[in-house]
Amino acid sequence: MNDFKKHLRRISIIALIIFICYILQTSVLSRYPLSGVTPNILICVVATYGFMKGRRYGILIGFCTGLLLDIYSGVLFGLYALVYMYIGLLNGLFKKQFFGDDLRLPMILIGTSDLIYGVLSYFVLFTIRSQKDFSFYFMNVIMPEVVYTLVVSIFVYYAILHINNWIEKFEKKGSDRIGNY
Amino acid sequence: MRQRKSGGGLASKYLLTILSIFCIMLLFVSYSTGFSGGPLETVANHLFIPMQKGIDYIGSSIAYSSADTKSKEELIKENEELQAQVESLNAQIDSMELKLKELDELQELYDLDKSYYDYETTGARIIGRGTTNWFNTFTIDKGSKDGIKVNMNVIADGGLVGIVVSVGDSYAVVRSIIDDTSNVSATISSTDDNCIVSGSLENMASNNLINFSNLYDEEDKVAIGDEIVTSNISDKYLPGLTIGYVSSVTPDDNDLTKSGTLTPVVDFRHLSDVLVVLQLKESYKVE
Repeated sequence: MNDFKKHLRRISIIALIIFICYILQTSVLSRYPLSGVTPNILICVVATYGFMKGRRYGILIGFCTGLLLDIYSGVLFGLYALVYMYIGLLNGLFKKQFFGDDLRLPMILIGTSDLIYGVLSYFVLFTIRSQKDFSFYFMNVIMPEVVYTLVVSIFVYYAILHINNWIEKFEKKGSDRIGNY
Repeated sequence: MRQRKSGGGLASKYLLTILSIFCIMLLFVSYSTGFSGGPLETVANHLFIPMQKGIDYIGSSIAYSSADTKSKEELIKENEELQAQVESLNAQIDSMELKLKELDELQELYDLDKSYYDYETTGARIIGRGTTNWFNTFTIDKGSKDGIKVNMNVIADGGLVGIVVSVGDSYAVVRSIIDDTSNVSATISSTDDNCIVSGSLENMASNNLINFSNLYDEEDKVAIGDEIVTSNISDKYLPGLTIGYVSSVTPDDNDLTKSGTLTPVVDFRHLSDVLVVLQLKESYKVE
């Protein structure tokens, strides 16, 4: 029963984070585009949970986030779910290298994830329609998005890290108390 | 890893395989049937749309209050300019009314009283922009409850904005004409030559233009500044909606057709309200 409660709490907090980030990405930050692009906050969330919590979290959160994007994207349904899921998995592979205080690894991973996402989007959705000018898209869409995402991701990463630490502390405290009874 | 696996749950390897297969199935289903969410759309309706509406309201009220702080001199100057404009427009209206009367009479004679421009519309607010930087889609705050259907045309500022691609209970996703996948059959209004207007991310990002192609113009009549409207042979777009004005024309390599760029009349960067035309193209309804 207690285990169930714990899971429920974790899931609801993650769902809330995704919800807030989605709203931020589509309704708030899309009002302030820099050089025509908006940051991809959801990929920060997927990547952060991936390297913080491991592969299972990465895959599941990536899948759910991707589905959410699929509802509103109007392109093929299921595409983003697939892409985000694999990005979550890739980040999950770096769990052993991850230490909370060091900002370098998270930044590199989030940047790489967004880069992979951008290049994949280009190849899956644009090359097949014979839009071949890769360097243009790279300089005008992919790179600005990576940079903007990295800047925003510093805040997102610390927010998620603190929330996660807080939950873990809270859960430990709870289990201690049960042990004392 | 091996120790944790015994702790419970599915190994990530199997989880990944199952979900991958699921995703690929979804892709095929959506490709063949146009499925876009199903039950998930209801979740979207009740969770995300109200929140986005609220944030949009707050955001736009902040934008208004910052717009309030125009200085007095600016306002006076603007007022004078507008007064002058009103006078010239009044003069124009007078002459136009005469012409309209004449047009009415002539139309009655020709039995053409059905005007193309009297489409019934409903206003909607944009509450969310595209989820990616690759596509120019946006979400509006009206859906099937308000009578909106897929393939309805969306206009703003007197020009074509895009087309509804998917509809939920209280929201609809619109793909704009500047989107890279959008193609509109169009006509040059001065010469009645048909062409295809297709959005281009590349041109839009560098100079705010969209492309047109397949224009047959043997007599070189099409000039820069000509108006481009949706054509009457389009199967989804209603005829006579302004798209934009020609900004460059170049002959194609085959010497038969021409292509070029046009400036859209709609300011896509500062779009906040749109009108949805509540009428579907006849040919589409028949299908």
